[in-house]
Amino acid sequence: MLDDFMMRATLAGLGVACAAAPLGSFVVWRRMAYFGDATAHAAVLGVALSLALQISVFAGAMAVALVMALTVTLLTGRGYAMDTLLGVLAHSALAFGLVAVSFLSGIRIDLMAYLFGDILAVSRTDLAVIWGGAALVVGLIGWRWSGLLTATLNEDLAHASGIDPKREKLILTLALAITVAVAIKVVGVLLIAAMLIIPAAAARPLSRTPEGMALTAAVLGAVSAVAGLRAAYVFDTPAGPSIVCVAALCFALTSLTSSVWRSG
Amino acid sequence: MSLISLRGLSVRYGAVTVLHDVTMEIAPGEIVTVVGPNGSGKTSLLRAIIGAVAPAKGRVVHKPGLRIGYVPQRLHIDPTLPMTVERFLRLPGGTPKGACAEALETAGVPDLARRQMSGLSGGQFQRVLLARALINRPDVILLDEATQGLDQPGSAAFYRRIEEVRRETGCAVLMISHELHVVMSASDRVICLNGHVCCEGTPEKVSSAPEYRALFGSGTGGALALYRHDHDHAHDGACDHGHGHDHGHGHDQTEAAE
Repeated sequence: MLDDFMMRATLAGLGVACAAAPLGSFVVWRRMAYFGDATAHAAVLGVALSLALQISVFAGAMAVALVMALTVTLLTGRGYAMDTLLGVLAHSALAFGLVAVSFLSGIRIDLMAYLFGDILAVSRTDLAVIWGGAALVVGLIGWRWSGLLTATLNEDLAHASGIDPKREKLILTLALAITVAVAIKVVGVLLIAAMLIIPAAAARPLSRTPEGMALTAAVLGAVSAVAGLRAAYVFDTPAGPSIVCVAALCFALTSLTSSVWRSG
Repeated sequence: MSLISLRGLSVRYGAVTVLHDVTMEIAPGEIVTVVGPNGSGKTSLLRAIIGAVAPAKGRVVHKPGLRIGYVPQRLHIDPTLPMTVERFLRLPGGTPKGACAEALETAGVPDLARRQMSGLSGGQFQRVLLARALINRPDVILLDEATQGLDQPGSAAFYRRIEEVRRETGCAVLMISHELHVVMSASDRVICLNGHVCCEGTPEKVSSAPEYRALFGSGTGGALALYRHDHDHAHDGACDHGHGHDHGHGHDQTEAAE
């Protein structure tokens, strides 16, 4: 079964959709969309470093994404607005990453594969890494779900319930770094944020509870992955962007439906 | 043994000291109200008690196993976060459904469980916050200006509810309020705060204390000022749903400016 590249690609897409759904919901609720974007951009530097040092791309991307996310978390509230800080760090990391890649003359690397993903080239090892990472993210968020949700709602409310909002934030940051590293192969660094945000946003009009929204986001993400890959196969379009396009259509559809519902 | 005791508590944000040398105790079952002007450290006091801000000096001691119900000053729920009243009450988890219905009943809003938080009116929202604070059968409830945004009858009803809750459950209440006349009638003890404890005692004692008068005016002059202040509040609350009662000229001008 795993011999078929389409099958491996589909499984990889489903793995990323599973991890991205609950995490993406938190990204939407906490208004961290740009934070996710910045972390993903920084991962390019991680890719370059891991190629230079000849370590696993997954590990390198994750390490740099984590450092980036932690730096932003630490620096927030020290004189610069969050979006300024993210703009500075994300684009510098991307630029340094691109420059660093150019020094690696010995190895010919297809940078496009990391910017836009190369889901059709997913190997069995990649698949194991993706599903391992996804399971880790889902487990982490599931384990801390109530605490994360309370801290997202209101930090003082969390304190009063004996929850430390800083620790919860750290867990989200960690989950984000893992997801970025895992999703590079599938949709690439430029479109990771899309996989996080779009299914969650599309799920919002259909949901009454936070849990419902995360589950619906997972379903919509999975549908996008499967349908996007199919479309890429039929129309011979790039796979990662096709997946994001289907997710965007889902978003348009649910938003329209809900506005018709309300006015009708 | 007292539920909460603060010993020489100081709280600082950067270089600014907002509270210094505050020593106080909350005994089981009493209603204590903190009054004080803006910036007097009232909210910081509550935040220090729940552990949201670390003391720069001094100690906050809780009775072992103390359960706190906290009603924050303002709670903004992002519109992207779908949340039914029932789900909100069950945060951070482990609360059975029966307890939710009971808490809503106690807070005076029994029929809201299935509603979305974003669809509640101001008064309903505050009562749901109260219900959530009550749900784990707390030893003490902390209320931070819980009636902000409610009109006068609404806030009076809210405070009556608090008194009833105290009578029914026997929990202590520590609240911050701007509505001094309500505070004076409902509290066992009033603490007047302005960076430090200016004075404290029974409502009668505090309202006649010179420190209190220095902050809030004195005699009938003070009472009149308070009355006007309250009238403004009623006006703010009534804006959203028409103007049933007569306003003075001053208010009409305010309306024109809005």
